Amino acid sequence: MPPFRGTVGAMAGGNRAALEAEALVKRYGEREALRGVSFSASAGELVAVIGPNGAGKTTLLSILAGILKPDGGGVAVEEGRVGWVPQQAALYRRLTVEENLLLFARLEKHEDPRASTEQMLELTDLGERRGEIVARLSGGNQQRINIAIGLLARPRVLLLDEPSVGLDPRQRARLWEFVSGLADDGTTVIFSTHDIQEAERYGGRLLVLADGEALFDGAPAQLREAVRREAPEAADRDFETAFVAYLHHRGH
Amino acid sequence: MRWLLLKDLQILRRSPLQATLLVLYPVLIAVLVGFAISRDPDKPRVAFLNEVPADSRISVGGEQLPSSNVSDRICRRVECVEVGDREEAEAKVSSGDVLAALILPANLVDKINSLSTLSPGTPKVEVLVNEEDPVKAGLVNDRIDALLAQANLAISRRIATEGSRYLDLVINGGELELLGQRFPILGLRASAQILTALEPALDPRLRASLREVTHFADEARDNLDVAGPLIDRLAQPIAVEKVAVGGSSPPLEIFAIAVAATLTLAFVTVLLVAGSLALEREENAFPRLTRGLVSREALLAEKVLLGVAIGLVVTLLLLAGMQIFVPLQWDRFGLWLVAILAGGGALAAAGAALGAAAREVRAVSLLAFMVTLPIAFLSLVPSGAVGGGVYDAIKVLTAVFPFKPTLQAISAALDSAGSGIGGPLVHLAILIVAYGLLARFALRRFAAV
Repeated sequence: MPPFRGTVGAMAGGNRAALEAEALVKRYGEREALRGVSFSASAGELVAVIGPNGAGKTTLLSILAGILKPDGGGVAVEEGRVGWVPQQAALYRRLTVEENLLLFARLEKHEDPRASTEQMLELTDLGERRGEIVARLSGGNQQRINIAIGLLARPRVLLLDEPSVGLDPRQRARLWEFVSGLADDGTTVIFSTHDIQEAERYGGRLLVLADGEALFDGAPAQLREAVRREAPEAADRDFETAFVAYLHHRGH
Repeated sequence: MRWLLLKDLQILRRSPLQATLLVLYPVLIAVLVGFAISRDPDKPRVAFLNEVPADSRISVGGEQLPSSNVSDRICRRVECVEVGDREEAEAKVSSGDVLAALILPANLVDKINSLSTLSPGTPKVEVLVNEEDPVKAGLVNDRIDALLAQANLAISRRIATEGSRYLDLVINGGELELLGQRFPILGLRASAQILTALEPALDPRLRASLREVTHFADEARDNLDVAGPLIDRLAQPIAVEKVAVGGSSPPLEIFAIAVAATLTLAFVTVLLVAGSLALEREENAFPRLTRGLVSREALLAEKVLLGVAIGLVVTLLLLAGMQIFVPLQWDRFGLWLVAILAGGGALAAAGAALGAAAREVRAVSLLAFMVTLPIAFLSLVPSGAVGGGVYDAIKVLTAVFPFKPTLQAISAALDSAGSGIGGPLVHLAILIVAYGLLARFALRRFAAV
């Protein structure tokens, strides 16, 4: 199947999914980073992509964002743009908070870039620090601007690659409060994380990847059920231990 | 594109060190080059011991010159450090305080004066050299040879003039001044005329002999006429006639300014464009920008525009600074702009290719220096300074990088005496396209993790 990128309407009639990925394959030389991964996400859904290192999480998000081209399969997105927030903040550290937001609002061709900037400053609660050079902000605040820039694309689908890495618990809590608010407003949020507890707490759905394969796609409670079936000795342990036992039982 | 340009200018403004360097660099280069081309070259320090009596006069060719004239001429070419005696001169040479010592012996003027007498002597000067350092020794030899050649030429010219005057006296007659007295000289021409006039009055038997004497006088006069120019030629047997058979060059100081301007333009443009492009990747902004916000071509064009704009301002600042030292032809300002814009464009495109290939700011800065500096030096190597094969290789190498054509274009723009600007502009246009394509190709790998 040749790679494609189109609209969901063209791919799956009658489906209300905001994004659909079908049989995605990506190879780096001899190594297959993704082996036919398929999944979909509907409007307002919070999907956590989890898995061990090298599972293919970043590759999957990069393909969904349109940064990488798949070697097979395709992605269909609902009308509107996909917002992408890379793991490392993609912004200009020598510009101020406001200058960064204004620049991307202009590049996104907003009718009133200053109004959009004000909106994002309010959303990120960084209005009082608008004049500060980004390099002087904490990692958490830089990540909030990073996400705000992703939101300037006014996306229907927001992709976050390990957004909470390097944040302290308080900053993480504020981040997830912010992201949950976006989902409540109808934005589809797909995020990758290494923090299993975080995935269980904030992910409405979990997509488990290992060695480029999708092992599981469902709610956290359903993953608990799967662990109970396949690795009963770990069923009553904490979610992270149960998850590791599940992977081990599936040969990863 | 304009918003990206504004962003890059804001970043530049936020980097005070970088901005200061951008302004200081051309000013510093302008001052250095300005001083270098507006001052005489450094004179070597030479200890000078003049033992010639102060009242001695050099008498050659009927002129009386004070002996101080000799030391004045010498000290115009070297920095003379007056010493009192030979020991002091030797000490100064041994200690390295001076490059050499020049001793004019007491009998020098007498010997020079003897050159125009029937018993000429050999004037000698003494040079003390410390040959410990071969470079210094070579320099001293060159300076002494030059001084000697100049002195010999001046003296031989005077002797030749004197010789010609004597010949003229023999041929045409006149007055000879000797030991303060004037002696009339009849000359061959007048002698022949007198003999011819006497001929009818002589006995017919003597006429044949007289005719032979008259004939000899005529022959001698005609042949000695030829000897005059020969004596003149002795003073400078080989004359040099310089004919330019290819190319023309601007004055040296204009060429030096063109080199300074091109160096400034090259470093500012290449470093700025390469670094700015690599920064997009280091800030992780490149994937975000090229996800539909800006095309890769537009991003490259923006970086080239940034480099050309800053390069133009900095180069014009440098040229304005040079004006303090050397007057420039401001009526050619339009051509300056064309040359700087074309050169800046090609250098910026090369910077973009470097930035896209090296990808990291530190690696890019190092690479930009490692490429630009040697190419700049190679571009200044004249033909004939190295072997034919090596020069061909240098020609190819310097034609591939935009430094040399930029230098040629700026030289031509600064002064009408230089070669035409058309060729370098076409060359630069080709390089802009070539490096633009290379940069675009390298950007494919740029996005890779």
